[in-house]
Amino acid sequence: MDLQPGDFLFELWQARFSLWAGIVATVSSSALTILASTLCGTLLGLVLAYGGPIARALARLYVDVLRGIPVLVLILFTYYGLALFGINVPAFWAGVIALSAFATAHVAETLRGAVESVPAGQMEAAKAIGLRFPQRLRDVILPQALRRMLPPWVNTGLEVVKGTTLLSVIGVVELLLASQQVMARNYLIIDFYLTAGAFYLVINAAIAQLGAALERRFSYLRY
Amino acid sequence: MAGNVLLQARKVHKSFGETEVLKGIDLDVAQGQVVSLIGASGSGKTTFLRCVNLLEEHDAGEILLDGEPVGYRMEGGRRKRLSEAAISAQRARIGMVFQQFNLFPHLTAEENVMLGLTRVLGKPKAEAREIAGHWLARVGLEARRGHYPYQLSGGQQQRVAIARAVAMQPRLLLFDEVTSALDPELVAEVLAVMQQLAESGQTMLLVSHEMLFVRDVSHHVVFMDQGRVAQAGPPAEIFGNPESERLRSFLGRFHGLFAL
Repeated sequence: MDLQPGDFLFELWQARFSLWAGIVATVSSSALTILASTLCGTLLGLVLAYGGPIARALARLYVDVLRGIPVLVLILFTYYGLALFGINVPAFWAGVIALSAFATAHVAETLRGAVESVPAGQMEAAKAIGLRFPQRLRDVILPQALRRMLPPWVNTGLEVVKGTTLLSVIGVVELLLASQQVMARNYLIIDFYLTAGAFYLVINAAIAQLGAALERRFSYLRY
Repeated sequence: MAGNVLLQARKVHKSFGETEVLKGIDLDVAQGQVVSLIGASGSGKTTFLRCVNLLEEHDAGEILLDGEPVGYRMEGGRRKRLSEAAISAQRARIGMVFQQFNLFPHLTAEENVMLGLTRVLGKPKAEAREIAGHWLARVGLEARRGHYPYQLSGGQQQRVAIARAVAMQPRLLLFDEVTSALDPELVAEVLAVMQQLAESGQTMLLVSHEMLFVRDVSHHVVFMDQGRVAQAGPPAEIFGNPESERLRSFLGRFHGLFAL
């Protein structure tokens, strides 16, 4: 079979490096965001659940504000807004920071809910054998809470991957913008939007699989 | 009361909001003694136990363990709350077994017992495993050491919970209605373990509705009514010669049990 310019497969082959770079940008910004928001969100969620009144009010404010603002606004603000204050953040990192700030709020709320759903008797039993607060968290509460927050955490991960498409607005050549640039050369609009969609599906299917594997790993945790 | 007094409660008060649940409890537990709290629901038995283990803080009066105030120290004539670390250290000397078992569901029976040994008492893993094995054997569950709580029956879970508490070698062991959540046919196995412990000289303070068990095992029985100690004495006196109308009517509910 001879492939001609204008054939989808020919153009796909031509565009392989651009698309690959887009995939790398999407996957790396997603992975960094998920990592950062899981760490920060867990800490913030613990403040929501156990912090003193002032710390808790501040954490609550953060979560409510960040969840109430469109991610796109956060991204534009981080990129252009910070520049106004003389802070120049490269577009990629501005995007990762904005998405992480947003996802942190979600993870924090999820963790708070998970922690509070662990039966009160668990904390009491942990106190009764003399465990100190950090030990009670690490050895008793968190192992149970993290298992409970797996499904919503996977959801947040999927949202983050889809959210990286918004980074195209500030010029990050992630998978969507890379695909659009390819289309601008060959006008195969439908083909390359479908291709981009398929790549997103594959990435998200991998995350969902990871979540399912983790759930199986913790399946012994029953009441 | 004979022997060394281990736990001493004087005029202990506790309120939840407007409701005063404990209205001045006086109670002594001597070393090696088994003391039982009986009374209707809402009489404050469980709240008192929880105050002893600092799961609740009493508002007034004092609770002394080995002569040392539980939960606070005196500083210039005023109560000052102990640090988190000091409170945890006090709790480690008091074991507690709960009505709902409260085993850690993500840990095996053995790991449940080991957790306090390694984390609180700082024992090496191998030694902790050995101790856990010893106590699981004592409660008849050595063969189940690798099982998770959901794989065990209620009675077995409660026996693991007892092993977890007693493995810490607490000065005092608290039992909060530990058979109330169990199917009737599983109660006996748990009571048997408790009886064994009592006979071994473990100091125990228990809340129970198992009147025959209370009568047979206790050295001292305290009848609580509406946040006060209504009558206290040796079991023969409490069950044989109930002074107050309240106690008579309370024991009347277990009518037939004592005719045997």
